[in-house]
Amino acid sequence: MTFINYASREINCKIVYYGPGLCGKTTNIQWIHEQANPEKRGKLVSLATETDRTLFFDFLPLDMGTVKGFKVRFHLYTVPGQVFYDASRKLILRGCDGVIFVADSQRPRMEANIEAIANLATNLKDNGFDIRTIPYVLQLNKRDMPTAEKVDEMERLLRFRNEPMIEGVASQGVGVIETLKACARQILMELQRS
Amino acid sequence: MSKLDLVMFEEEFKQLQDIIGRLQKDASAKVVFLVDKNGQQIASAGEVQSIDATSLASLTAGNVAATDGLAKLIGEKEFSLLFHEGEKDNLHISIVGKRGILVVIFDQGSSLALVRLRVKKASRELQEIFERVETRANEESGPGTKFESPFSEITDDDIDKLFGD
Repeated sequence: MTFINYASREINCKIVYYGPGLCGKTTNIQWIHEQANPEKRGKLVSLATETDRTLFFDFLPLDMGTVKGFKVRFHLYTVPGQVFYDASRKLILRGCDGVIFVADSQRPRMEANIEAIANLATNLKDNGFDIRTIPYVLQLNKRDMPTAEKVDEMERLLRFRNEPMIEGVASQGVGVIETLKACARQILMELQRS
Repeated sequence: MSKLDLVMFEEEFKQLQDIIGRLQKDASAKVVFLVDKNGQQIASAGEVQSIDATSLASLTAGNVAATDGLAKLIGEKEFSLLFHEGEKDNLHISIVGKRGILVVIFDQGSSLALVRLRVKKASRELQEIFERVETRANEESGPGTKFESPFSEITDDDIDKLFGD
């Protein structure tokens, strides 16, 4: 749910990073946090366990500049990827404007990727969204891993609506900004249409 | 405009701001925030500079969402009030209407009873405004709307500029 405030001329959009456990959702927003101009980024809030597994969510507010005289701010959230945190995942999708699905390219993780997309579809539906129409980007992360599956094969297995598909190595920042940009573009274009 | 979008105009915003400003004084609170259930701050009053308001908004919404989940697990619709007691400062969180969350931070200069009393009155007033915003949004989401989005002419260049290209 985009929040447009005419009084302060601000527009806030919520983007959620989704994907199976250890696919690199938190790594994506950590990279953005490190790279962003300190004046434009807010504090990175991480609700994680002692072993740095996301427990509830990570949150990063990001000031992007202005469009048509409105200050654009993105609120980036990650969900906990581990299967048993499903109730938390559903809550975080509430009111989201766009979803970035971070897929783990390692071959043994393909099934987990497929399951996570099915889970995303269910949880979006429970929040009143349709996975076929919501602004959505597919990131193929960990392309540097020796067991990385071929891009064609991942596309066949995971891409279902001609969504932007971006190859990435989030730990090195490869594809991270492109992914965010692809999602932001869809959200802002959606505002244009509505 | 999607019916889920929250569009706030100057007049309504000022009214919300007035109500929470009054609440902050009447309840002798340090800070009052009005947040939406998706984690976005709507308005604030009091010693706001001392607090990271954006993080507060998102964590409050997460907290309320998690508590909502707990409520449903035990067969309740929602818990309309959360109270966190600290050594010095306390946090009073209450639900306003369908989409608002009111956060009041207070210390020993006030009391839970006073805060509850004042929050009750302010909540009613806030709810009326939220309902008005919603009614307008519903009316204007139909065909032949008078409301024109400022983003109707957004271009690819505008988006590239946001990313510094």
